[in-house]
Amino acid sequence: MMSDLNAQAIKKYGNSFLKEVEANVEEGEWVKMCMQCGVCSGSCPFGPHWAHPPQEIFMMIRAGKREEVLTSDSMWMCTSCYNCIVRCPRKLPITHIMHGLANYAHRLGLAPKNQPTRVFAKMFWDNIVKTGRVNELKLSLGLYFKDGLGPGIKTALAMKDIGLGMLKAKRLNPLELVKGHGCKDTKGIHAMLKKAREIEDRRKGFAA
Amino acid sequence: MADQKTAAYICQGCGLGERLDTRQLAQVASRDGKMNLVREHPFLCSSEGVAMIRNDIENEGVTHIAIAACSRRAKTEAFHFPTVAMSRANLREGVIWIRPEGDEHQETTQEMADDYVRMACAEVKKMVQPAGNPAAARNDTVLVVGGGVSGMTAALEASKAGYRVVLVEKTGALGGMAAKLWKRVAYKEPFADPADTGVNELTARIQADKNIKVYLNATVAKTDGAPGRFTIDIATESGSISQEHVGAIVQASGFTLYDMNKLPELGGGLPNVVDQLGLEELARAANGGPIKRADGVEVKTVVFVQCAGQRDPSGTHLPYCSGHCCLTSIKQAMYFKDRNPDVDTVVIFDDLRTPGNGEDFYRSAQRKGVTFTKGKVSSVASAGNGLKVTFHDLILDDKNATIDADLVVLATGQVPNSGVNIDQPREEGVDIKPISILNLNYRQGPDVPQLVHGFADSHFICFPYESRRTGIYPTGPVRRPMDIAQAMEDATGAALKAIQAIENAAAGRAAHPRSGDLSYPTFRAEGCTQCKRCTVECPFGAIDEDEKRYPVFNESRCRRCGTCMGACPVRVISFENYSVDTVGSQIKAVDIPDEFSEKPRILVLACENDAYPALDMAGMKRQTYSAFVRVIPVRCLGSVNLIWITDALNSGYDGVMLMGCKHGEQYQCHFVKGSEMASYRLSKVDDTLKSLNLETERVQNYEVAITDIERVPQLINDYAEKIKEIGMSPFKF
Ligand code: SF4
Ligand code: SF4
Ligand code: SF4
Ligand code: SF4
Repeated sequence: MMSDLNAQAIKKYGNSFLKEVEANVEEGEWVKMCMQCGVCSGSCPFGPHWAHPPQEIFMMIRAGKREEVLTSDSMWMCTSCYNCIVRCPRKLPITHIMHGLANYAHRLGLAPKNQPTRVFAKMFWDNIVKTGRVNELKLSLGLYFKDGLGPGIKTALAMKDIGLGMLKAKRLNPLELVKGHGCKDTKGIHAMLKKAREIEDRRKGFAA
Repeated sequence: MADQKTAAYICQGCGLGERLDTRQLAQVASRDGKMNLVREHPFLCSSEGVAMIRNDIENEGVTHIAIAACSRRAKTEAFHFPTVAMSRANLREGVIWIRPEGDEHQETTQEMADDYVRMACAEVKKMVQPAGNPAAARNDTVLVVGGGVSGMTAALEASKAGYRVVLVEKTGALGGMAAKLWKRVAYKEPFADPADTGVNELTARIQADKNIKVYLNATVAKTDGAPGRFTIDIATESGSISQEHVGAIVQASGFTLYDMNKLPELGGGLPNVVDQLGLEELARAANGGPIKRADGVEVKTVVFVQCAGQRDPSGTHLPYCSGHCCLTSIKQAMYFKDRNPDVDTVVIFDDLRTPGNGEDFYRSAQRKGVTFTKGKVSSVASAGNGLKVTFHDLILDDKNATIDADLVVLATGQVPNSGVNIDQPREEGVDIKPISILNLNYRQGPDVPQLVHGFADSHFICFPYESRRTGIYPTGPVRRPMDIAQAMEDATGAALKAIQAIENAAAGRAAHPRSGDLSYPTFRAEGCTQCKRCTVECPFGAIDEDEKRYPVFNESRCRRCGTCMGACPVRVISFENYSVDTVGSQIKAVDIPDEFSEKPRILVLACENDAYPALDMAGMKRQTYSAFVRVIPVRCLGSVNLIWITDALNSGYDGVMLMGCKHGEQYQCHFVKGSEMASYRLSKVDDTLKSLNLETERVQNYEVAITDIERVPQLINDYAEKIKEIGMSPFKF
């Protein structure tokens, strides 16, 4: 289904990736306003550790490098510190664009599968959607074991003192592992989210 | 000077009375200065003090006054006595403010003040109150050469101010480059869309203006004379010559585009590659419809190549930025986007330069979807029915990025129409007749000198409109690259400068920077050896030769810098109030202590435009410097005659410091070449020193800017130390 979306998008926008970003990415219409000064990249505390800092990502979008941008893990590295937004002389909402791009890449199925931020975000989402509440225990355990049983046990052991401490302080309930508490109207939440997704898809022109 | 009656006034205000023995100063003025009348006053610039002086002038018949108070640059309104000759002894900024208080300094401080009083007395006795240029002439007409936006604006502005204008345009119509444009860059809020050029309106206003006389298809065949009395021969289409008499000239001869055929690597010469003017032509032909190439194909993708043959460090093409082409390309991209947002418009730039409100215009283009790509184009080549542009993407560091385009527009920049380069010897055997704009009948050559990159210009920091030919004001893109908005502002400035020149010439006064100065140079023919140094060294081409090969001073062209006076080996050139004698007498008036006193004397000749104000400001900031210097302001270092230096050394000064403005290519000299001439002359001083058996360090030349408020005292103190090291001069009596 995801790759269908991708094929549709390619068909619709041809080689104008900029137009595609403007139409589908949150705050994407701002990309064309970048004047390539590089202040964002220079301000980003993580900049040096990514393949493509924001300035470069925006340039790549304008140069039509669709595949490279959407499969990049750069936008997943943004920590939402907002340094770039504060400093951009053109007032681009850079942080939002970065998240918008990540989201769009994910929906098209192009985002790097094992990108840790993506995995965590997805886990968090699935976790919260299930009962309408975050089940912290399941979420953290899920995170520990995301790379398999062996590494999971290792991490769990390393974190055990913190876990016991939280248990003592009544910040952690082991029973959550079994069932966990939900919200009053889980069904309602599910229906609401479904509706929201429908609306968004319609607005962005994705087939339902 | 039989009827000379001299008076000295010693001020006790501003702390002078507490820090100095003014009674002793008064004695010095009458005993050494030999002044007929000497008065002390507790507050000389007060209305009471001024009234006292005025009373002496009116009722005592005083003709020459020496005021011993503050700097000659202070209280000029109070001490304004236009009927008498006046000198100033700078005791405030020059003595008490730069000397530390305390008994151990008192003696040398007082000696300094005594000397300045002696110097002022000696100077004023050699002065004559100037009467003004006898060749003064009034002519209220401005000649404007060039009928483009700059020329038309200058003409209209001069006319509005009540002056008549003669406008000479070489083509058959007014409008110049702007008339070839489809639209101009936005120039008012919200700076979002291309605007009408406004050329038609300007032309209509010119035609309706009875004060403006227009010659079309005409050129200036000859320019003769000086401010206030130029005679212009205008060659008209019919071959006949019309003569006009004007008071000042505005040269608005504009620019031509850099020839894109010199840029084959960028596609110059290929079909479907145009320069910015070529695109304007296509846009005008489209007249609001879709823009088509010469072959009729509608343009769907267009690439703009910025800095095509500009900002070129290799020296092959233009080294400079033409300043308007980024905005012009942005405007031209909008031509496409405004008609059809689906046309792909890509601007490949290295640095996008959008000065002033241009930034809003740039943003507007981004909003309209113009793509801006930072990169450097390496080639433009034909590909199928279109073109392939290869460039180095500087953000992604992709050396072989490519774009296909139906049309490529090269931003080639501006080359000034500044006429003949008079500083460049004409190549022998080359049979191209250089085209002069003004055909000046000056011995220096037919056009105004060029500053850098062929632009006609003068003092780029202080007097941007003024050329080195007084009364002639280049404006618009012939002066520096610019767009329409800037050219209109520039032309307004030039028109006002032309008016100033007319008014100064009419009153027999100097133009800037000594505007208002009534003195003018004269020479004594009996002594003149016809060496022509003055004629050659005058930075402003003010001196011609007569049939007998004597110099002829065109006073209204003269800026009163004194460079000629400094140049004259037999010292026959002088001004009424500034001469070899006025300065020489000051130098000689200084009391030189004997060799064993450990009190050296250092003469400082300081340019009154920069160095002297810097010294005054050092005083205001209470920076201290050596009490052994005696400072004399000079109009320009160019006016320094070497005899002053020889005389100073011969009479026992231990060192001489010359302080002038920066010279050379980045000059700041107010008289353009004055400080350069001085340093050239000084380069020969070493031999003189050696022949006198003196150390070469005894004469030092410094470049000083008006901002060197802390540096100048430091220079003086360092030099005083140096003199201590070398030891006292052996020439003391
Ligand atoms: S700071 Fe803003 S304008 Fe500058 S490169 Fe980054 S996004 Fe572009
Ligand atoms: S908000 Fe994101 S992109 Fe911006 S500086 Fe912070 S980490 Fe970098
Ligand atoms: S050198 Fe200076 S003072 Fe002498 S004629 Fe030329 S402009 Fe006038
Ligand atoms: S420099 Fe002096 S001597 Fe030489 S031509 Fe001029 S006035 Fe005569």
